[in-house]
Amino acid sequence: CRCFLTLYFKIIMIVLCNYICSFSMAHTGTHSQPVRSCLLLVVVSVCVQQVHGVWPLPQQLHQSADRGCLSPQRFSFTYGRDSAAQTGCSVLDAAFKRYFSIIFPDFTKGSGLLMLSVKTGGCDGYPDEDSDESYNLSVSEGQAVLRSVTVWGALRGLESFSQLVYQDDYGSYFINKTEIVDFPRFAFRGLLLDTSRHYLPLHAILKTLDAMAYSKFNVFHWHIVDDPSFPYQSRTFPDLSNKGAFHPFTHIYTQSDVMRVIEHARMRGIRVVPEFDSPGHTQSWGKGQPGLLTPCYKGGVPSGSFGPVDPTIDTTYKFMESLLKEVKFVFPDSYVHLGGDEVSFACWQSNPNVRKFMEKMGFGKDFTKLESFYMERTSIVWQDVFDYHERIPQDTVLEIWKGEKYQAELSRMTQAGHRVLLSAPWYINHISYGQDWRNSYAVQPQNFSGTEEQKKLVIGGEVAMWGEYVDATNLTPRLWPRACAAAERLWSNEEKTLNADLAFPRLEEFRCELLRRGIQAEPLFVGHCKHEYDGL
Amino acid sequence: MYCLLKLAPLFLAVAVCNGWLFGDFVGKQKEQDEISLWPLPQKFQSSAVAFKLSPASFQIVHAKQSSAGPSCGLLENAFRRYFEYIFGDLKKPEKSRKKVYDSDLVELQVWVTSADPKCDDFPSLQTDESYELSIDEPSAVLKAANVWGALRGLETFSQLVYEDYYGVNNINKTDISDFPRFAHRGILLDSSRHFLPLKVILANLEAMAMNKFNVFHWHIVDDQSFPYMSRTFPELSQKGAYHPFTHVYTPSDVKMVIEFARMRGIRVIPEFDTPGHTESWGNGIKDLLTPCYSGSSPSGTFGPVNPILNSSYDFMTQFFKEISTVFPDAYIHLGGDEVDFRCWESNPDIEKFMAQQGFGTDYSKLESFYIQRLLDIVAATKKGYMVWQEVFDNGVKLKDDTVVEVWMGNKMEEELQNVTRAGFTTILSAPWYLDYISYGQDWQHYYKVEPLSFPGTDAQKKLVIGGEACLWGEYVDATNLTPRLWPRASAVAERLWSDKSVTDVGNAYNRLVQHRCRMVKRGIPAEPLFVGHCRQEYKGL
Repeated sequence: CRCFLTLYFKIIMIVLCNYICSFSMAHTGTHSQPVRSCLLLVVVSVCVQQVHGVWPLPQQLHQSADRGCLSPQRFSFTYGRDSAAQTGCSVLDAAFKRYFSIIFPDFTKGSGLLMLSVKTGGCDGYPDEDSDESYNLSVSEGQAVLRSVTVWGALRGLESFSQLVYQDDYGSYFINKTEIVDFPRFAFRGLLLDTSRHYLPLHAILKTLDAMAYSKFNVFHWHIVDDPSFPYQSRTFPDLSNKGAFHPFTHIYTQSDVMRVIEHARMRGIRVVPEFDSPGHTQSWGKGQPGLLTPCYKGGVPSGSFGPVDPTIDTTYKFMESLLKEVKFVFPDSYVHLGGDEVSFACWQSNPNVRKFMEKMGFGKDFTKLESFYMERTSIVWQDVFDYHERIPQDTVLEIWKGEKYQAELSRMTQAGHRVLLSAPWYINHISYGQDWRNSYAVQPQNFSGTEEQKKLVIGGEVAMWGEYVDATNLTPRLWPRACAAAERLWSNEEKTLNADLAFPRLEEFRCELLRRGIQAEPLFVGHCKHEYDGL
Repeated sequence: MYCLLKLAPLFLAVAVCNGWLFGDFVGKQKEQDEISLWPLPQKFQSSAVAFKLSPASFQIVHAKQSSAGPSCGLLENAFRRYFEYIFGDLKKPEKSRKKVYDSDLVELQVWVTSADPKCDDFPSLQTDESYELSIDEPSAVLKAANVWGALRGLETFSQLVYEDYYGVNNINKTDISDFPRFAHRGILLDSSRHFLPLKVILANLEAMAMNKFNVFHWHIVDDQSFPYMSRTFPELSQKGAYHPFTHVYTPSDVKMVIEFARMRGIRVIPEFDTPGHTESWGNGIKDLLTPCYSGSSPSGTFGPVNPILNSSYDFMTQFFKEISTVFPDAYIHLGGDEVDFRCWESNPDIEKFMAQQGFGTDYSKLESFYIQRLLDIVAATKKGYMVWQEVFDNGVKLKDDTVVEVWMGNKMEEELQNVTRAGFTTILSAPWYLDYISYGQDWQHYYKVEPLSFPGTDAQKKLVIGGEACLWGEYVDATNLTPRLWPRASAVAERLWSDKSVTDVGNAYNRLVQHRCRMVKRGIPAEPLFVGHCRQEYKGL
């Protein structure tokens, strides 16, 4: 089947615009005979095997067996005349280039579109929690349109479009007649990487962001520091990484590394939410910031070991204020994750100064009160540092991570009016034999007892890949395609995606697509891909 | 001692420390945390005296008395490989430092003692892999009966070299006398459930050599696909592989794997599993498999190899004739596991045959009938064979030199007892199915296995010639194979090489952490054991 046709692809934002798609039957002219016979073959193959799924499943998807050719030589992305974004829109110009080579890996054309001109609103901003990611994609005979309110929605639509294009056995590119109306079920679809327990080289993080965009994740939760190491190179407190990183030069993220991550993420419509966990999980901080941690005592004398951040002294809060000021400056997202988990009280208890402070404050022996005192003071610091606009303190988002009975927890927290994020069932650093993606897929984030109002307070969820047993050697195959299960749960309509057996062939195909795009995604079960992973 | 150790490079000219540490290698580990031998040698003595190795002057050479010389390609290649492991892929040796200092170790002499160094041979089950290594100035000497022992010694030598804080390579005065506890130390890879590209197989052969494994059990075909390209029956892979061109092993691929393995002292034992696990064979060979019946008519599906047709045996005769010439090892693995009888039961011709033979309804008798004929066919090619335990359990008459592989986890000790009581050699893989993953440090379970813990006489225990770590392919392909296998398989490597008394998990952990960093440095994406870092992290991806 030879393809004489050109498919123009236009992006429209807010205002509708035209795009002409020449379909087989429409403009074949004198070539109609050969093309028609080709079309017959096509229909057969469409019916028999060519099911081209999109992962995660769009909210509404209608596909027909009619398909049109795409010519890599003539294909181009263009902005609609009435689009708010035009050439010069950094996010979309880059996305055109990226998706061109994703769709046509053997061709390098398409860079001609990258003319820089006027900046338009939204193209140079960052995605945030209110970003509208909806889009409509219509690929039909003679007409096809991608409509979105924002560039972020356009990115999601481009991703779906790229998943709709396929090659036949002769290498020709095709796309079926398709109508998609799509929007995310949850606004917060996150993935956590832990760069403290093992250092993850920059390219491993960037690769993960690529794969996140393919699955329509939109938040990179960067658990950047923790007990074992402090790889974030602070401009205010350089000793934190000089002394707290595994190595002060090879195992750190410089300011420019962090910029690169943020920009790489922005280009893909992904927010970067850094986590600076305290008062526990701070062993590595103490190395570069003497006096920050509580000295533990043994038999009336300091034992030489240290516990959580010392909540009894003012210097602690001054330090936290300076550090958080810097963090706000460096990370553009309006959220910073402040941790606050797993604080061990044994050390506080052993320290006579802490005990004295407890007495003074009238906390008795209840160390949770001391912890709250610390968290309150830091979040006051936090609110002082960050401009909260009109938001109320209840905006604090609680993340649910404790495994058992997360439904009950959801119920309780939403009843108290808190907005919540679910990650408990998606700790995918926990591995087991077989297809454990099915467990992730079966999660129903809003299946807890509560009112409709309460359910609306679930703003999303997060896949967590903690770093105890993970580094650059095994991160990617352990993440993908296992994380895709949660991606679909968080994006798609639950009623249409409850059956894992139905999802399986689509996920299998998506996994092969990830391989084709250079993501080292592990197999779901026996089988093969046309393009196998060719690394090691 | 600690002090001297750290300052050794500076003070060596004056510091003459003869404090030999007998077997206290581990106690020293924390202080001198650059050295970590894996698997631990049988006998080991080290002192704090350190020598420097300069990439400009250090050489690995054939000893004058050695029976091997520059014509021994296997050793020449190994010298280059280990030089690169020690110094990194240093393209240009540093020119500035030509002068040789007293504290330098200038060469490693490799001395092959037997008249025939076996440079062009293939390793075998009988191969002597022992070696002696003595490191002292001005030269170190590695003594081995043949090239196979020399290879193991070169690996150990490379593991003794450590970098000090100035990036200078050091090696301590050391004496080692080493040999393997078990002769068969294998890794099973499955290239049927997922196709494994050649470079993944080769990389894992390299990792195997770093861990002193010596058998690559290549489970090359199975139900799912037939990637082996046969010269006699090309339609097997044309129709049975996932793809007839991109997902096959050509004859030259197979040759390359065998040669690459030979260069590292690794045997390649191919497995062609029958009569079950053969779905993919049926795509290329008409009438090889038993047609299953649904009621009184063929259902269109197929079962195990059809044992009642002479054509099946004719095919096997020709096929294994080819296999016996392609694979040089003295053993072929014939499988024989998990035969599903339901299809045979459904087939009226088989029913008739059963009655004729007087088998009643005991289909294991039919299975034995098939296996017996197959064994005779393979025996005629002058090859020995390995089989999975069911073949023994079903009472098939086996040649004396048959190796029975025990893989079933339940009643493993009982099975070992039975197999060895019957006088057969055996290898153990039941506790080492590495495809079963779980959260945390499961390498410790593999490490704690004692293969000879079953009740039996000394003679019986001698029949246990080793074991295999198996990585079945249901959930494994090129994307995740290497980090899933290493360093978990390293635990099995030490169990099979080192002395029975080497069982301290804490101490193994410290060495293994470093050993995995060493593998990473050498380009193998071996996954972490726990929180921490390597000086050189994995650069691939």
